[in-house]
Amino acid sequence: MELEKRDRVTGRTTTGHEWNGIEELETPIPRVVFFFLGATVLFSLICWVLYPTWPLGSTFTKGVTGFDQRNLVTEQVAKADAERASAWAGKVETMSFAEIEADPALMQPVKEAGRTLFVDNCAVCHGVSATGGPGFPNLTSKSWLWGGEPEAIEETIKVGINSTNDDTRVSQMMAFGRDGVLAPEQISNVVTYVRSLSGAEGDAAKIEAGKEVFAANCVACHGDNAKGSHDVGAPDLTDHFWIYGGDVNSVYTSVYSGRQGHMPHWDARLSPLQVKLLTVYVHTLDGAPQ
Amino acid sequence: MVSQLTTSERQYALVTLLLLGLGGLAMAAMGRGDPIAVHGYIVLLFAIGLSFVVMAGYYAPEPDKDRLSRYYDDPTRVGIVLSIAWAVVGMFVGVWVAALLAWPDLTFDQAWASFGRLRPVHTSGVIFGFGGNALIATSFHVLQRTTRARLPGQFAPWFVLLGYNLFCVVAASGYLIGVTQSKEYAEPEWYADIWLVLVWVTYFLIYLRTLARRKEPHIYVANWYYMAFILVVAMLHIVNNIAVPISWSSAKSYSVYSGVQDAMVQWWYGHNAVAFFLTAGFLGMMYYYLPKRAGRPIFSYRLSIISFWGITFFYMWAGSHHLHYTALPQWVQTLGMTFSIMLLVPSWASAGNALATLNGAWHKVRDDATLRFMMVAAVFYGLSTFEGSFMAIRPVNSLSHYTDWTVGHVHAGALGWVAMITFGSIYALVPWMWKREAMYSSRLIEVHFWLALSGTIVYVFAMWNSGIIQGLMWRTYNESGSLTYSFIDSLVAMHPYYIARAFGGLLFLLGAIVAAYNVWMTIRQSKLEAAQGKEDADIPLFARDAVQAGE
Ligand code: HEC
Ligand code: HEC
Ligand code: HEM
Repeated sequence: MELEKRDRVTGRTTTGHEWNGIEELETPIPRVVFFFLGATVLFSLICWVLYPTWPLGSTFTKGVTGFDQRNLVTEQVAKADAERASAWAGKVETMSFAEIEADPALMQPVKEAGRTLFVDNCAVCHGVSATGGPGFPNLTSKSWLWGGEPEAIEETIKVGINSTNDDTRVSQMMAFGRDGVLAPEQISNVVTYVRSLSGAEGDAAKIEAGKEVFAANCVACHGDNAKGSHDVGAPDLTDHFWIYGGDVNSVYTSVYSGRQGHMPHWDARLSPLQVKLLTVYVHTLDGAPQ
Repeated sequence: MVSQLTTSERQYALVTLLLLGLGGLAMAAMGRGDPIAVHGYIVLLFAIGLSFVVMAGYYAPEPDKDRLSRYYDDPTRVGIVLSIAWAVVGMFVGVWVAALLAWPDLTFDQAWASFGRLRPVHTSGVIFGFGGNALIATSFHVLQRTTRARLPGQFAPWFVLLGYNLFCVVAASGYLIGVTQSKEYAEPEWYADIWLVLVWVTYFLIYLRTLARRKEPHIYVANWYYMAFILVVAMLHIVNNIAVPISWSSAKSYSVYSGVQDAMVQWWYGHNAVAFFLTAGFLGMMYYYLPKRAGRPIFSYRLSIISFWGITFFYMWAGSHHLHYTALPQWVQTLGMTFSIMLLVPSWASAGNALATLNGAWHKVRDDATLRFMMVAAVFYGLSTFEGSFMAIRPVNSLSHYTDWTVGHVHAGALGWVAMITFGSIYALVPWMWKREAMYSSRLIEVHFWLALSGTIVYVFAMWNSGIIQGLMWRTYNESGSLTYSFIDSLVAMHPYYIARAFGGLLFLLGAIVAAYNVWMTIRQSKLEAAQGKEDADIPLFARDAVQAGE
């Protein structure tokens, strides 16, 4: 046995072992450690009695409360839905679009819920204030591809555009240049013409030549006056709103390589009520960014 | 350094490198067009590069027999330098990903610079690169000093250290080119995992063999922690990474687990990685360098024992607290929650034991930034284990989960505990290793200390704020029963905090750079003045007469 060593500061003895100068004191474990251990063990025991805890082969101890997170969530969601239904959502489900929009008291919750739904699901493409961006249409423009009636909007949201839904809306702007339908010269002309429709300056001869190209190739979808067609989702080319950009290069690319925008379908992800809320929200967007 | 190896060890090294190089060549040849080929070339280059180093010293005279009466510290020295280098790289990438969250356009349209690829470079860089190298380096040092035995051979420690760093390089480069198993902290693919198993088993054998040769009757507590770290990490790594590669020439593999079992195995792994890599290993570090530096005996031997077994036992059950309110059966969640609560007691016992050890040395804590690093580390260890137990309570977790609160919690531990204890230990160890009285500049240690502390505080407070705001925004309903805020609204609210976090992280990174400079200058000085080097203060391998108390 080595001589008992005592630490000067604490007056405690050491264990007598030493490792490269490190020693350890014989301090007993402070009482509070046992106290807290007891307290946490007690807390755990209570939880084990109350809640499902221990596995027993293919089942487990259910706990005296019979508490189950899945049931709890189901109940809470059902309750919240019921409350919303009786407060206002029920009306939205049964009333027509016109009736809903005519009811300011109802429009308040509809717009609130609609905005959150829109920003969570649609803003990645259409932007937080629905004004779109390159490749994604501005939904506040009132220049609709598929029509501005609530029914048309609702349909678009449900089935999508060029989506995987069986009933999807199909939108196809052909690749006139890449597929060799038009010569580069003709494309250049028709681009000048198309741009002139919304006020861009251009060589008069080219515009004249482009007009002919347009009449021969484009009116089937974009219409005689280039105002677009809601039947095939062809945009109005006379206004200031462009999906893909109105500069020469962008318009040239649209005509040369074609365009095929993709908008997912939401009937499988959102409930009919949610789609309806979004429809009203989009339909009543008031042009100006929020 | 090669000249310290015996001829047969030099030959071992060359044969191993040859095999490794052939392995790399095979990967490169078979995996044409697959990312595994890139890794093949990296392995090959690594093997060739090291072969040159070995060959350059191959014909040096045999080392003298004298060396067997000294500790073998070369791997520790290299490990320290590697650790610091990884610290700077890993934290730099940390600041980068922090900036990406505030300014998402900083990717320059490069796939490799996207958040998803850089983030694991950060986590692996700091945890495995910085933390892991520090653990290997200090464990070799502590092991020899506290057993009074020299490492059994000179080849195996190098195999462990350099093999481990090869793993880190393969891991980090893989993330950049899109190679990942998408399991957090276990991202590297199957071939890197297999390599790590070889390295790790060797590491464990070194530990066991040295302990078997010890000349001290008892095993010091630091070694229990280091051993728990090595053993459990091996176990976690193997179980979580069992996967089937889609072919021998492809980097891609599929885990044998699926669905909720996969999630549970992953978080059993993930949480115990925190427990045994980021906690047990660093507790081992603390139990040696803190009492050494303070010149004080450990406060209570018994407390060390019960907290060791408490931590080892309770942590194993706690992983499911990462999966509250998920498809994981609720009984597993209750178990995880309650064991996380009980875990607080041994955690605080360890922190308390460390702080009480400083009784009688508080004046040193005031004057010596190195010791202050370790003291603050123990405080942050206590704080973040308290926070962790609190966050494991299901209702609390329903607010904190998926928010920045978690990230704040992680970094209270990572910056406050892991990094601080490591820097403290490195500052203590470097002068011993390079036979200097002290570090090159104690003022720079002081500067580093304040940079690190303020960086940590800014980081953690920013994340607490943003996390709690986020959690509340996600659960706020308006009167009509709809969610008031969209997810994007919460992102907009986070923006200022993300900037603050990036700033806090920058301070911390600056501190690490200061440390790198200080260590570098210490090493340079030591080389310049090698002749007047200070003698080893350690108790020598063989003689037991010259026992000094304290230092
Ligand atoms: C992945 C991107 C994306 C998302 C998400 C998305 N959209 Fe669209 N949306 C588009 C694109 C692209 C178009 C235009 C398609 C085209 O050019 O033919 C479009 C078109 C529309 C139109 C037709 C506009 C018109 O002029 O007729 C409506 C209405 C619409 N989106 C509403 C929504 C709503 C509501 C949501 C959320 C539930 C949503 N979108 C989500 C990409 C998206
Ligand atoms: C088969 C029907 C069809 C024909 C024919 C057609 N378009 Fe289109 N065009 C579309 C559709 C549909 C779109 C919208 C595509 C989208 O958004 O995905 C479109 C889009 C465009 C756009 C882009 C508008 C914007 O907002 O960015 C331009 C420009 C355009 N068409 C010009 C032409 C010209 C010029 C021609 C004749 C050479 C032509 N289109 C012929 C259907 C057609
Ligand atoms: C320079 C200082 C550092 C900065 C700026 C920083 C920044 C970050 C960022 C931005 C993330 C991603 C958070 C997210 O996904 O939202 C992250 C994650 C992480 N970092 Fe750091 N970090 C730093 C230092 C460290 C250190 C030293 C460690 C460990 C020793 C560490 C360990 C981790 C871990 C484990 C995660 C994953 C957290 C989780 O999944 O919840 N970090 N860090």
